[in-house]
Amino acid sequence: MKIVVCINHVPDTETRVKVGSDGKSLDKTGVNYVLNPYDEFALEEALRTKEKHGGEVTAISLGGDAHKETLRKALAMGVDRGVLLKDDSVRDSLGIARLLSDVLREMSPDVIWVGKQSIDYDNAAMAGLIAELLDVPSVSVVVNVEFRDGKILCEREIEGGHEVVESALPAVLAAQKGLNEPRYPSLKGIMAAKSKPIEEKSVGSAEMFVEVLQMRKPDPKKAGKIVGTDVGAVPELVRLLREEAKLL
Amino acid sequence: MAKKILSFAEQRDNAFKKSAFEVTKAGKTIAEETGSELVVLVIGSSVERIAPELGGYGATRVLIAEDPRLEKYSTTAYAKIVAEVARKEEADTVFIPASALGKDLAPRVAVKLSAGLVADCTALKVENGEVIATRPIYAGKALIDVKVNSAVKLFTLRPNVFTPGTNDGQKASVEKITLGLSNRDFTARVLRVEVQSGRPDVTEAEIIVSGGRGLKGPENFHLLESLADVLGAAVGASRAVVDAGWRPHDEQVGQTGKTVSPSLYIACGISGAVQHLAGMSSSKVIVAINKDKDAPIFQVADYGIVGDVFQILPALKEEFKKLLGK
Ligand SMILES: Cc1cc2nc3c(=O)[nH]c(=O)nc-3n(C[C@H](O)[C@H](O)[C@H](O)COP(=O)(O)OP(=O)(O)OC[C@H]3O[C@@H](n4cnc5c(N)ncnc54)[C@H](O)[C@@H]3O)c2cc1C
Ligand SMILES: Nc1ncnc2c1ncn2[C@@H]1O[C@H](COP(=O)(O)O)[C@@H](O)[C@H]1O
Repeated sequence: MKIVVCINHVPDTETRVKVGSDGKSLDKTGVNYVLNPYDEFALEEALRTKEKHGGEVTAISLGGDAHKETLRKALAMGVDRGVLLKDDSVRDSLGIARLLSDVLREMSPDVIWVGKQSIDYDNAAMAGLIAELLDVPSVSVVVNVEFRDGKILCEREIEGGHEVVESALPAVLAAQKGLNEPRYPSLKGIMAAKSKPIEEKSVGSAEMFVEVLQMRKPDPKKAGKIVGTDVGAVPELVRLLREEAKLL
Repeated sequence: MAKKILSFAEQRDNAFKKSAFEVTKAGKTIAEETGSELVVLVIGSSVERIAPELGGYGATRVLIAEDPRLEKYSTTAYAKIVAEVARKEEADTVFIPASALGKDLAPRVAVKLSAGLVADCTALKVENGEVIATRPIYAGKALIDVKVNSAVKLFTLRPNVFTPGTNDGQKASVEKITLGLSNRDFTARVLRVEVQSGRPDVTEAEIIVSGGRGLKGPENFHLLESLADVLGAAVGASRAVVDAGWRPHDEQVGQTGKTVSPSLYIACGISGAVQHLAGMSSSKVIVAINKDKDAPIFQVADYGIVGDVFQILPALKEEFKKLLGK
């Protein structure tokens, strides 16, 4: 089985977000970047499939040189190849999807994994975009997957339950938390990753449709009040919820 | 030529999701402000009976796409229908809910229509005839205002944010559209839907009662559950208790869980780590119960009680019961 995992390089969840001097993007000073958490589930699942059914796992990332760090982590987890689609431009999701799918089309994998969403712009759009561009099926928010007779059975999360989806291959799948427990790179893996090359490819151009006019911080929430301590405060809390907050 | 807006109204089991009314109303509002016409699309196996109800939220014309194979959601077939309708109607703006279904559907439609996609919008406004959308990024730590420069523009709207108002009782006219679906449009199909608990999902609930490590163990969550049931609320959880295996993944609220915006969020024994706050700080009213008066959750809470959840949860349940006459 030939598997490609698309991975992204994003500010970690501890990041204190500040607006940059252009007023449109993040102030990157002091920000620590990590492998997008959902992409860890995607990588783990790809590696497990390879361990069970054989094949090859490639990780690809589109972005600047800094994305090599994230590809290095994927290599340390055990993927066979890392490919950087070198691109320093600001892009919208459709643009990224076009450039990724141009390369994916050439690679013609059986399975393409992405994460449920990038935790920077939270678009959660890539699986559908890539799949539509490649004209293959897709399943998003996958929490369980099984390969059966050239098809796949996935469980995907929906509101209040799960859908069981059957899909033909090749397909694009988006990994959700709960799919698996990602491995930590072993010391051996980390050492091996250092000697594995990261291939670099240049990308073409893609139109940009979504224009950011302004990035801003949400209005700070006004300080709330401590209603009181212990059980004695309960009736007052309920009264405030009803009379002041006009709930219930 | 008049400009046109297409809103996609979601239903499950032939009943509208609340988001269906939200996208209809938002579509109507933007249509009025841009001098456009609104058309609403419903897809399913037998939706003719429910379709007129959208008239109560501003729709005058509703298109329905019916086929037995559309009883359950199919990404590819739904995308084909939405894109075809948008083309035929020459819609320049498309609204889809940012629900599980809508988030899956919208990217495909965007590619088919070469439309710029703005996902998970929490506000819309019109400036010089153009739609400006606001959406949270970095899990709500910042917002961006964006506009779309393609001919067709696609926006998904976060559920529970755009208020649909009350049903004014108007009925919409309903037109059936003819479909040219082939089996090739069903390459991925939903075999079955497994519905979990009787409680609402955190992303759809009006009230969420959420628990963290302060509950000490999975055996104590019945305290939360019984309070939730009195309120008709969903049960939420911090990542700490999900990772510990006390609660299922789909209850996790936060940056790597669900983003929620209920009317009322009651955080019990949750410290309020940045990653948790990211997922729930857009709740309209936040109540925190924590024994540590310095817990960060109190900084975002509208109302707090400093105390022991084991004492307060049962008392709170009794008080709500009294209030609701249960
Ligand atoms: C990459 C990444 C992603 C993450 N994503 C998420 C996410 O999506 N969602 C999320 O929630 N977290 C997330 N986290 C984890 C987050 O950082 C916190 O560890 C987690 O939210 C803490 O959970 P908690 O509040 O239940 O536990 P704790 O921080 O241990 O807090 C327990 C609280 O309970 C109180 N308490 C104890 N006993 C009682 C009692 N008897 N009565 C009342 N109060 C009591 C304590 O005072 C304390 O404030 C993420 C972390 C990382 C690194
Ligand atoms: N620049 C990128 N390079 C490679 N993969 C990406 C990139 N951006 C997003 N992805 C993938 O798409 C998934 C969903 O991202 P998004 O639609 O941006 O929220 C991520 O989890 C990644 O797997």
